[in-house]
Amino acid sequence: MYDKIFPPKRIVLPSGKTVLQRRTRVPLIVLLLAAAVAWSVQLTEFNLHMLVTRIGEFFKFIGDMTPPRWDYLPHLWRALAATLQMSLLGSMLGSLLALPMAVAASTNIIRNRALVSLAKIVLSLLRTLPTLVTALIATFVFGLGPMAGVVAIMLFTVSYVGKLLYEQIENIDMGPFEAMESIGMTRLEAFRYAVIPQVLPSYLSTSLFCFEGNVRYASILGYVGAGGVGLLINENIGWRDYGGVGMIITALIVTVYVIETVSEHFRKKLI
Amino acid sequence: MTTLEKQLLAAPNNRRYRVTVTAIVLLLLAWSLAAVSFKDMNESGWNIAVRILSGITHPDLDLLLNVSEQSVPYLLLQTVAIAFMGTIVGAVVSVPLAFLAASNIVPKPAAWLTRLLLIAIRTIPALVYGLMFIRVSGPGPFAGVLTVGITSIGMLTKLYVDAIEELDVRVLESMTSIGCTTFEKVRFGIIPQLLSLFLSVTIYRFDMNMREASILGLVGAGGIGAPLIFAMNSYKWNQVGSILIGLVILILLIEWISNKLRARLVQG
Repeated sequence: MYDKIFPPKRIVLPSGKTVLQRRTRVPLIVLLLAAAVAWSVQLTEFNLHMLVTRIGEFFKFIGDMTPPRWDYLPHLWRALAATLQMSLLGSMLGSLLALPMAVAASTNIIRNRALVSLAKIVLSLLRTLPTLVTALIATFVFGLGPMAGVVAIMLFTVSYVGKLLYEQIENIDMGPFEAMESIGMTRLEAFRYAVIPQVLPSYLSTSLFCFEGNVRYASILGYVGAGGVGLLINENIGWRDYGGVGMIITALIVTVYVIETVSEHFRKKLI
Repeated sequence: MTTLEKQLLAAPNNRRYRVTVTAIVLLLLAWSLAAVSFKDMNESGWNIAVRILSGITHPDLDLLLNVSEQSVPYLLLQTVAIAFMGTIVGAVVSVPLAFLAASNIVPKPAAWLTRLLLIAIRTIPALVYGLMFIRVSGPGPFAGVLTVGITSIGMLTKLYVDAIEELDVRVLESMTSIGCTTFEKVRFGIIPQLLSLFLSVTIYRFDMNMREASILGLVGAGGIGAPLIFAMNSYKWNQVGSILIGLVILILLIEWISNKLRARLVQG
C-alpha cells in the first residue's frame, strides 16, 4: 500500500542491473506516533506547565519522608514478616502448581490438542489479570488478611513460571526422551529422566526470580487489605505520618536488596 | 568395577550441600505457613466467589458497549493513553540515565552512583508514587502518567544499559580511521546499533505498563482501576465482570501487537 503511493527508488548499479530501494517508512511512523501522543495528551490531561511548577511538592514529600522515623521500626517487624511469608508461600505453591500446568501446556509432551490449548488459554488469562485485582477479589473470598495475598501471589506465580516453563519444555532436545521410550520406559519415566534434568535449573532460577518480584508486589497488596506492609503504608499516609512511611520504605529497600542479592547468588550457581 | 560404575563414582558428591539447601527451604516453608488461615473464610466467601463467576459470565453489556465518559471503552482508552504517555515519559528520562549508568561511557564511581539511585527508584511501590504525584497534579489521569513513567525507569534503564554496554566499538574505531566527525559517528555508528534494541525494550515496557496503569485508579490516578474498585465495593458483580472482560481483551490485544512489532524489529 505504502509502496504504491511512494514508488520505490530505482538505482542502476555499475553492472547495469537495476535494483529497487523501498522508500523509508520513518515519516509515516513518526506521524502516527505524533498523532498518538497528541491524542493521549488530551485524554490524560497532560500538562507540562503544572509539572514544572508543582514538581516541588514531589520533592517536599520525599523531604518529609527523610529522615525516617527510626522508633517506628519495632512496629514494623510483624508486617514485614507477613509480607515475606505471603510472598514465600505464594511463590512456593505457585511454582509447584506451575509444573503440572506447564506440562499440560507443552505440545511435545501432551498429544491431546484440546488439553494443550486449554492450559495455554488458562495461563495467559491468569497472566493478564493484574495482581492487585486478583488480590482484591481474593479479599472478598478469603477475608481480609495475608491469605488473600497468598492466593493472589500464587496465581501470578503459576502464570509467570508456567509460561516460561512450557516454553522451556517445548524447546528441549527430544532425543533422550525418544531414546528412553524406545528402550521400553513409560512416558512418565522418560519424562522424569529425560525432560526434568534439562529444564530443572532454569525452572528453579525462574521461580527464584519470580519470588524476588513477588516480594515487591506483596508490599503493595496490603493496600487492598491483603496483609503486609501495604496496610501500614496506607494508614501512615492517611495520618500524614510521612516519617513512618519513610521508615517502611527504607526497610523495604533493604529487604528487597538482601533478597535480590541472595537469589542472584543462587541463580548464578544454577546456570 | 566397570568403567560405567567408575564414572558414576567420579561424579561430584554434593549431598551435604543439597541437604542443607533443602532443609533451609523446608524451614522457610514451615515459617511462612503462618500466613495461611481459613478462619475468615466462611459461607459468604463461597457465595461471593459464585457471584463473581456469574457476574463475569453475565456482564453488564450496556456498560461494556456504549461510548459515554463512564463506559468501559472510554476508560480503557484512557488507560491505554496513560500507559502510552507514561512509557514515553519513562523512556525520555531513562535514556540519559542509561548513558550515566553504563560503565563503558562514564567512570566507574559515577556509574555505580547512578545504579544505586536506580535501585532506590525501583523499590518504592507504584502506589506510593501514585499518592506522591497526586499531591503534585491532583487526582486524575495525569498523576497516572507520571507514576507509570517513574516506575518504568528502573527496568528501561537496566535494559538500555545492557544494550549500551554491548555496543560494538570496532565500528566507531573504523569510522574514526576514515575521518568521520563526532556527529557522523553518533548518527551512523551508534544510533543504528541502539535504536532497534531501545525501541523493542520500550514496546515491551508499554505492554507491562498496561497492567500497571489499570491498577493505578485504586489511588485515584485515573484509568479503569477506580470504577473497578467502586463496582466491587458496592457488590455490582456484573459491572465488575464487564470491566474485567474489557481489560483482559485489551491486554491480550496489546500483548499480541507488541510481540508482532518486536519480532519485526529483531528481524530488522
